Amino acid sequence: MITLEQKKFQEIEKMTKGYNPLLVLGCETCAAMSFAGGQQQVAELASAIRIARKTSGQEGEVLEDAVARQCEPEFVDLIADKVGGCDAVLSIACGAGVQLFAERFQDKVILPGCNTTFLGVTEELGVWSERCAGCGNCILDKTAGLCPIARCSKQLLNGPCGGSMNGKCEISKEVDCVWQLIIDRLTRLNRLEMLEEIFPVKDWSPAGHGGPRKMVREDLKS
Amino acid sequence: MKSGSNLERILESGRFSVTAEAGPPKGSSPKVIQRKGELLKLCCDALNVTDNQTAIVRMSSLSGCVLLKELGVEPVLQMVVRDRNRLSLQSDILGAAALGIRNVLCLSGDHQKFGNHPTAKGVYDIDSIQFIQMVKTMRDEHKFLNAEEISGDVPFFIGAAANPFADPFEFRVIRLAKKVSAGADFIQTQGIFDMAKFVEWMKMVRDRGLDEKTHILAGLIPIKSVGMARYMRSNVSGLSVPKEIVDRMADAKEPKEEGVKICLETIEQLKEVDGVHGVHIMAVAWEDIVPRIVEEAGLMPRPVV
Repeated sequence: MITLEQKKFQEIEKMTKGYNPLLVLGCETCAAMSFAGGQQQVAELASAIRIARKTSGQEGEVLEDAVARQCEPEFVDLIADKVGGCDAVLSIACGAGVQLFAERFQDKVILPGCNTTFLGVTEELGVWSERCAGCGNCILDKTAGLCPIARCSKQLLNGPCGGSMNGKCEISKEVDCVWQLIIDRLTRLNRLEMLEEIFPVKDWSPAGHGGPRKMVREDLKS
Repeated sequence: MKSGSNLERILESGRFSVTAEAGPPKGSSPKVIQRKGELLKLCCDALNVTDNQTAIVRMSSLSGCVLLKELGVEPVLQMVVRDRNRLSLQSDILGAAALGIRNVLCLSGDHQKFGNHPTAKGVYDIDSIQFIQMVKTMRDEHKFLNAEEISGDVPFFIGAAANPFADPFEFRVIRLAKKVSAGADFIQTQGIFDMAKFVEWMKMVRDRGLDEKTHILAGLIPIKSVGMARYMRSNVSGLSVPKEIVDRMADAKEPKEEGVKICLETIEQLKEVDGVHGVHIMAVAWEDIVPRIVEEAGLMPRPVV
């Protein structure tokens, strides 16, 4: 999933100031899974903005809603009427959702209510961690299913570096050394010899360094 | 000869080598490096110039190397992949070759989070092992990473780091083997305090025959105070400082003398370890002690080969 977290309320309050009416719009997929932009979080955030406006003597209506996915045009278009009646939309979605809204509603102010954090997994309720860097050229077959691009602080392909201690990364005792995990897993699988070969330099162009990325499937295009 | 550097000549002649470290200043004065160069020129075979060490911005390593060279001191150019991509690394290698630098130490670099610009974007386009391989290809095949031809020679004696004290211990020798097969002509290790572990690592190194393929220089960090010993024991990732060392420093009436004594004892033990071809002394902010250590370790005068 794409993980996201709501921006600090002060930042949201400042960026939404003066817009009347303001639509706080959640997204029922990744944002909801991140407990950042589901219906409940949208209701709570809209209430908080209303209270803040009232307390500081500001005018302005705050509406709330959510769509199934802000990254799909057909779902975005379902809410066109409501958006049309608003001054601005506070999109509680990932950066992709915010931008699709901005594209679909060219004359409307679209504001981001979240920071998109990473592609990750839910470790337990309230804890998410990064797993994928979206580098466009998966190497998990060579690294025991554990990604050094997303999970090694130095993105080493021939790790671990000299800072790995007691299974932890040199940057923090809270961060696992993914190379230790890779070695442990390959040892269990009796495949440690895989790491004896030098991993060649990576082509970073599919990782975004070749310019903005686009994917086209001719077989699916109408 | 791959590079013809003094360090290469001494190591290839089978002599016990001494290198030390000269960190550049957080400023633009050439005097800091010049002073360290003058201080250390007679007691070591080459001087490493660190590259934004611990991710703190300092004068560039290449400039420091040129300043040393002007004094007649042979530099080892340290380069980290944290701050440069493959274009920049290769262009700096060519520039260093043009300026007469003959030794390079290829490193990953401490993570930027440790330094004085913790919000910087780390580069890490290639890793240290790929970097070693790239320099070797530049030197031996006159080819860039993209296989295009390089005009002129790129004569470097290629170095790498090894840390026998980091985890996982069993993998450390495999990583060294990868560095050697990538093209590391010499290795400078992390500072050694835990001799038992180092001896165990060296046995694994010899079992793989790696000591025959590369020159291992054992790292030393002279300890100035008990505070420094304690700090290294608990705060520096990748260092192993046994409690006994901390206790010796704590009990010492003259901690600096004790630090020198520990260092000299370590060198004596290292001389007996098969496959160790020299020492690399990293006396951070205590360079003044290096000539005395080298002298008292019986490693003076330095050979001329």
